[in-house]
Amino acid sequence: MVDVLVIGGGNAALCAALMAREAGASVLLLEASPREWRGGNSIHTRNLRCMHDEPQDVLTEAYPEEEYWQDLLKVTGGITDEKLARLAIRHSSTCRPWMIKHGVRFQNSLSGTLHLSRTNAFFLGGGKALVNAYFRSAEKLGVEIRYDTKVDRIELVNGEFRAAYVGDQRIEAKACVVSSGGFESNREWLREAWGQHEGEWVADNFLIRGTRYNTGVLLKQMLEAGADKIGDPAQCHAVAIDARAPLYDGGICTRVDCVSLGIVVNRDGRRFYDEGEDFWPKRYAIWGRLVAFQPGQIAYSIIDAKAVGRFMPPVFPGEKANDLPTLARQVGLDPDDFMKTVNEYNAACKVGTFDHSVLDDCHTEGLTPAKTHWALPLDTPPFYAYALRPGITFTYLGVKIDENASVQFGGVPSRNLFAAGEVSAGNVLGKGYLAGIGVTIGTAFGRIAGAAAAHAALAPANSKPEGALSAAA
Amino acid sequence: MPPPEPASTTLDGLTREAARLGAGGAAPAAAFNALPLTDAEGEVARQMQICNACRYCEGSCAVFPAMTRRLEFGKADVHYLANLCHNCGACLHACQYAPPHEFGINVPKAMAVVRAQTYSDYAFPQALGALYRHNGLLVSLAIAGGLALFLALAVALKGGLWHEPLAGNFYAVFPHNLMVVMFGSVFGFAMLALGIGVTRFWRNVSPGEVPEGGNAPAAAEAVHNALKLKYLDGGHGEGCHNEDDRFNTTRRLYHHFTFYGFMLCFASTSVATIYHYAFGLQAPYAYTSLPVILGTLGGIGLLVGPVGLWRLKTQRHPMHGDSAQNPMDYGFLALLFLVSLTGLLLMVLRNTGAMGLLLAVHLGVVMALFVTLPYGKFAHGIFRSAALLKWAIERRLPSRLRLGSD
Repeated sequence: MVDVLVIGGGNAALCAALMAREAGASVLLLEASPREWRGGNSIHTRNLRCMHDEPQDVLTEAYPEEEYWQDLLKVTGGITDEKLARLAIRHSSTCRPWMIKHGVRFQNSLSGTLHLSRTNAFFLGGGKALVNAYFRSAEKLGVEIRYDTKVDRIELVNGEFRAAYVGDQRIEAKACVVSSGGFESNREWLREAWGQHEGEWVADNFLIRGTRYNTGVLLKQMLEAGADKIGDPAQCHAVAIDARAPLYDGGICTRVDCVSLGIVVNRDGRRFYDEGEDFWPKRYAIWGRLVAFQPGQIAYSIIDAKAVGRFMPPVFPGEKANDLPTLARQVGLDPDDFMKTVNEYNAACKVGTFDHSVLDDCHTEGLTPAKTHWALPLDTPPFYAYALRPGITFTYLGVKIDENASVQFGGVPSRNLFAAGEVSAGNVLGKGYLAGIGVTIGTAFGRIAGAAAAHAALAPANSKPEGALSAAA
Repeated sequence: MPPPEPASTTLDGLTREAARLGAGGAAPAAAFNALPLTDAEGEVARQMQICNACRYCEGSCAVFPAMTRRLEFGKADVHYLANLCHNCGACLHACQYAPPHEFGINVPKAMAVVRAQTYSDYAFPQALGALYRHNGLLVSLAIAGGLALFLALAVALKGGLWHEPLAGNFYAVFPHNLMVVMFGSVFGFAMLALGIGVTRFWRNVSPGEVPEGGNAPAAAEAVHNALKLKYLDGGHGEGCHNEDDRFNTTRRLYHHFTFYGFMLCFASTSVATIYHYAFGLQAPYAYTSLPVILGTLGGIGLLVGPVGLWRLKTQRHPMHGDSAQNPMDYGFLALLFLVSLTGLLLMVLRNTGAMGLLLAVHLGVVMALFVTLPYGKFAHGIFRSAALLKWAIERRLPSRLRLGSD
C-alpha cells in the first residue's frame, strides 16, 4: 500500500507530493488530465504574493506580515480565518528557497506590473514552467505519477480515508491529500450556485479561464460525506474578459483593460457602473461580477483613439469604426440607444488634467452612474469596442481545514485526509481577490498537507504532527 | 503605480500622442513595416499579439522584452524578432497556450519559419535566395562539384592522384597563386553577398535612433551576447531545451565548440597568410607552429561541435523549431565536419603519397563550404548578430508606449 496518495496535479498537489516524498513517504500522484494539460489552473498563474521584511532578489522594499494581513482583510471583507491566513502569509516568507530547490526560477516583475514588484515574486516562464519544474523534481525523487487518472470517489470511514476509486480500481493509501481544485468547470454546479437573475441562468454565459478538469467531484463528495463546508458557492475569482475567449483555459491574456479609459455599456446600450472608480487591481476583481448581472451577461468596453497605447495590449483586436453609430451596429447595439448614452456622457465630462497614473480630476457631472476619474469625451476616431463576459478563475466553496490542512468533520480534523489548493482556499479567501494569493495559499497548505500526510502515514498512531508542521514552516 | 506621464494633457495633445503611440513610433522603415505579411509572417504577428497580452516569458530571452515595446507587428518587426529568437525552446515548454491549446502558440517554430524566409528574401543576388529552400541538395551538389573540380585539377596538373611523398609541399600539387585566386574570389563573393543581405536587413529593421551615450555600448553588448550565446541560457543560466522540458547547456557547449573551432581555423589561415606574405615563410609549417596549432585546435572543435549538435538535433522535441529546415542544418554541420576531418587527415598524412589526393578532397570540401556560405545555415550568425545589435540599441532607447499597468 502506498503511504500518501495525492489527488490532483497542480501547484498544491505537487507541493504536497514533494513534501511527503522528502519526509520519506512513498507517494502516488493521480492527475485527471492527460500529460499535456497537467497542472490544472496552476499553468495560468504567474506569481505568488510574498511576505518579506527587506528587499529580496526579485522583490523590492518590504511587505510585512501585518500589511499583508490587512490587505487580505480588506479584500475579503473579513471572510477569512485569521489563524490560517497568517499561517499562509508567514509561510510565503520562507517557501521560496524550497521552491528554487525544486527547480522553480523567479524573474523580475513583468513590464506593466511594476506595482507588483514589492509584493509578488514572478515565476520565470510563468506557472507552467513552475509545474514542469515540480513534475521533474517529483519524477526524480521517485513520486509515481499517473496521468489521465480521474478519481471518481474516495472511501471514507468516520472521516478517515481508506481508498480512492478510479473506475473500478481501488487504490488504498495510508493518507490522502485532495488537491483536485474547485468546481469552476462543472457547468451544472455553477448554474445551480449562481441561480437565475431576471429570468436568465447567469452562469450559462460564463467563460472559464482555467482548466476544464476542475469539476469538483471530490469536493462535492467530501461535503456529502460530512466534511465541514466553508465559503459561498457563488463566490469566486471573476473578471471581465474578452467575449471571444475560449470556453476553457483562456488564462491571463483574455483580460481587457481599457475599461477605465472609456465607457462600458450593456446590451441595451446603457452604462451601469463607474468605469473610473479605481485602479486595475480593484477593477479587475469586480467587473466580472458586474457583467454577470447585466442582461445576457455581456457588456461592451468602448474607447476612442486617445486610449490606444495606454493599456495592456488586448489578445484580440477590438471592433473598429470611424464613427460611433457604425461601431454600435458592428457589435449589435441599437445605435440610437447607444448614441444617447454616449452623448449624455460626453456632455457630462468635466475634463481637467488627465493622468492615468493617479485618480485624476477628469470626471462627469450630473450623470448616473458617474465616471469619477479619467473621464474624457469619446470624440476621436477611430473608435473601438471590446465585448466582455464574466471569466471565472476559480471558486471559493471548499472544505474546512485546520492548521495541519486536515479536513474537518463536525469540527474534528481527519487523521489522514488533507486538503490543499482551491478545494480549501476558501478558508483564507472567502471573497474578493489579491494578486498572487491563490498560489500562496496553494503552496503553503500544499506543503503543510504533504508533510502532515507523510507523518500520518509513517508515524505511530496518536503522535501529533508537530514535526511535520515545523518541516513545512 | 505606473510611471508619471508626460505633460500632454490637453485633448489635442493626447490625440496626437495616441496616434504616435499606436503607430509604434516613426521608424525609418515605416513603409516597409506596413507591407502585407506573408503567411509565415502573419503567424508570427498573430502569436506575438497573444504573447504581448501574457508576457510570462519576458525573462527568458530578448524576444519578449522587445515585443513589449510594440503594440502591432509589421513586416520589419517580424523579421527582427524572428532573427532575435535563438530557438532555445523555453517559451514553448512554458507556454500555457501551446498546442493542444486552441491558440496553438509555438513561438520557436513560427520564428524559425520566418527566419528561413528572411535568409531567402535578403539573399544576394536575389535570384539565388531559392537556394535556401533546397539547401540539402545545394550542399550535396557543392561537395560533389568541389571534389570533382579539385580531383580533376590534380590529375590535370600532376598527371595522377598518387605521387611520391612530397614532404607536405602542397604547392607542388596546386600552385599557391592558383589557390589564392580560387578561394579568395569565392570567399570574397560569399562575404560580399552576406554583407549586402545583412545591410538590406538592417535598413529595414534599424532602430533609426542613437541612444544616449552613443552606439558603442550597445555594440559591445551585442558582441558579448553573440560570443557568449547569452540567449541560449534560458534566462537563468541553466541552458535551453532539447528533447523535453529539462534545461541543459549542451547545445550551447557544442555551438561554442563549433563556432570557436571555426574561428580558430580562420585564425590559422590568417596567420599562415601573414607568414607567407609578410615573412616569406611557406607551408608546410611544423606541428609546433602557430598555424598548425590553431588549425588543429580549431579542427578538433569542428569535429566535436558538429557531431554534438547533430546528435542533439536528432533528439529534439518534435514541436520545437521548424523541421523543414533540417536539410539545411544537417548539411552545414556535415560540411563543417568534413572540412575539419579532411584537414586533420591531410595534416597527419602530408608526408605520404596520399597527400595529393587528400589535398584535393580537402580543398573540394572547403570550396563547397565557401560556395554555400551565403545560401545556407551560416547566414544565421550574421542575421542573428544584426538582430542582437538592434536589440542592444533599442533597449537603450525610451519606450514609446505609455501602457497602464495591470
